[in-house]
Amino acid sequence: MIKGTVKIDAKICKGCELCIIACPQNALGLSSNFNEKGYRYVQLIYDACTGCTNCALVCPEAAITVYRQAKPAKKSQVKSE
Amino acid sequence: MNEKLLLEDGTELEQVFCRPDTLTDVPYHYCPGCGHSVVHNVLMEVVDELDIQDKTIGVAPVGCSVFAYHYMNIDMQEAAHGRASAVATGIKRVLPDKLVFSYQGDGDLAAIGTAETIHTVNRGENILIVFINNGIYGMTGGQMAPTTLPGMVTSTSPYGRDVHMSGYPLKITDLVAQLPGAYFVTRQSVHNPNAVRKLKKAVTKAFEYQMQNKGTCFIEVVSNCPSGWKMTPVETIKYLEEVMFPYYPLGDLKVPKE
Repeated sequence: MIKGTVKIDAKICKGCELCIIACPQNALGLSSNFNEKGYRYVQLIYDACTGCTNCALVCPEAAITVYRQAKPAKKSQVKSE
Repeated sequence: MNEKLLLEDGTELEQVFCRPDTLTDVPYHYCPGCGHSVVHNVLMEVVDELDIQDKTIGVAPVGCSVFAYHYMNIDMQEAAHGRASAVATGIKRVLPDKLVFSYQGDGDLAAIGTAETIHTVNRGENILIVFINNGIYGMTGGQMAPTTLPGMVTSTSPYGRDVHMSGYPLKITDLVAQLPGAYFVTRQSVHNPNAVRKLKKAVTKAFEYQMQNKGTCFIEVVSNCPSGWKMTPVETIKYLEEVMFPYYPLGDLKVPKE
């Protein structure tokens, strides 16, 4: 399984939860803390992220940066080498 | 985009998605879950990808997105209420090499600016019109707009929109699709990741057609208004799917003949 992770800018997150319902792995959840603006921000609560970028696409605040493991080289390429 | 991250177990991760460079660092003033910000992000991602930051000019409307020029790091002009497409026409005629888009809401484009919009498309002005339809006047407190659905409760129709008194919702995208000046007319949404991907493709196509001087491109985005609809953002997504999309079906209304 390809591994990924997200970095969420808690300062600008408004806790609208749209990323939570967009996540196919259910890896995101609301924090019990509040940010400077008084919103409960979103954080990665479960280490199952695959780096699919779904959460970042629907994030209205553009607060999510997505990282993903590089795809392994294809078998045909490995053979030719 | 080539930034890398090393995890504790030694796995190296590549950055695959980040905030578009063309967006300024100013946090949005929009309510939590608002579709406007997603459309801003998509527009600026396309500007980044096509590398057209120095030759794109946007026209901001009156409405919630009146401060669009605070967030988009491109040349922008504020227009009077409803006149964004007329202002965009003027800019495009004076500076034909630039890529011009107008960004308008439903109270702006479909109510006070109906004449400007229809005549701009009818003249086949070579601009892109982005139309955000959330069925309500969001900025002024959720009043009934021409695009409000029958029976929809707003602050000026507390018992639901009565079609005998207020008429039927105006499908302005269907109207402009009939006009010969329109080159590419489509209705998209931002309610889930796939819809956002489709919108991005449509915006990319529209800018490419504008580079080829093809005619007016018109993109309607059916969006939400959590504050105006008095719902949570997650509830608005359900409302969009169950109530808005049957009346405003998504898809291309006019595609160029190859």
